[in-house]
Amino acid sequence: MILVSRRYKFSASHRLQSFLFSEQENREVFGKCNNPFGHGHNYEIEVSVRGEIDPGSGRVVDLARLDNLVTSTIVERYDHRYLNEELPEFKTEIPTTENLGRQIEKRLAEAWPSSFPGARPALARIRIFETERNMIEVDH
Amino acid sequence: MFITRKAEFSASHMCRNAEWSDEENRKVYGAAANPHGHGHNYVVEVTVEGQPDPVTGMVRDLKEIKDVLDREIIEPFDHRFLNREVAPFDKTIPTAENIAVEIWNRLDSKLTNGSSRLHAVRLHETSDFSVEVRR
Repeated sequence: MILVSRRYKFSASHRLQSFLFSEQENREVFGKCNNPFGHGHNYEIEVSVRGEIDPGSGRVVDLARLDNLVTSTIVERYDHRYLNEELPEFKTEIPTTENLGRQIEKRLAEAWPSSFPGARPALARIRIFETERNMIEVDH
Repeated sequence: MFITRKAEFSASHMCRNAEWSDEENRKVYGAAANPHGHGHNYVVEVTVEGQPDPVTGMVRDLKEIKDVLDREIIEPFDHRFLNREVAPFDKTIPTAENIAVEIWNRLDSKLTNGSSRLHAVRLHETSDFSVEVRR
């Protein structure tokens, strides 16, 4: 089994706040991530692809095509945005790294066949780093 | 349980398929097809799977993994032009994928015995691009 991974970056701001919680509860659960004006991160995402090594090129995936797909579907969507205010998916969902990871996985999976129509290479896994210390992994 | 050891080597390579035109090579590999080659600081992570030995408390002696890595990978690959100096890359295109598979093939029999076995080889060509081979 061979897995190829590529990393991409975007910077965005967010605020963690649940409509189900009181102001006090929000502060208790989310701490400074609940500060009213939001705050930002340099996010890094790692996209992993599963496939076979093509005997002609020696490659599992066309990296330029993967870069185009991830850049147009994810990076351009989220880079330099306030997630809560500007992205419809976060009008209802809290933009935690978990939810952001799930959104990224869903959006990449939907767009995948337009760039990679066959069974291989296949989307395998998304990792999203909110900081160097916080990482969420979503298997596809 | 998994234990992982990391090592580095610096090498040059180029990605060209001899059966393709210059234009086709450039289209598939971009700057990596430049005919004089270019280099990377490769980082290789080797993961061995097993249970800690009841006497030593170790899955595998890390010094032994280091020695195997040094002997089988770092010594032959470090400061070499892979296409010219390291078989099978005179015939196989040294993409990160093919280098990772070659590393796996060189290590598997050396790191798999009785109680522990090679589980994964991860090769980082740059900080943004890596390849993992798993059993």
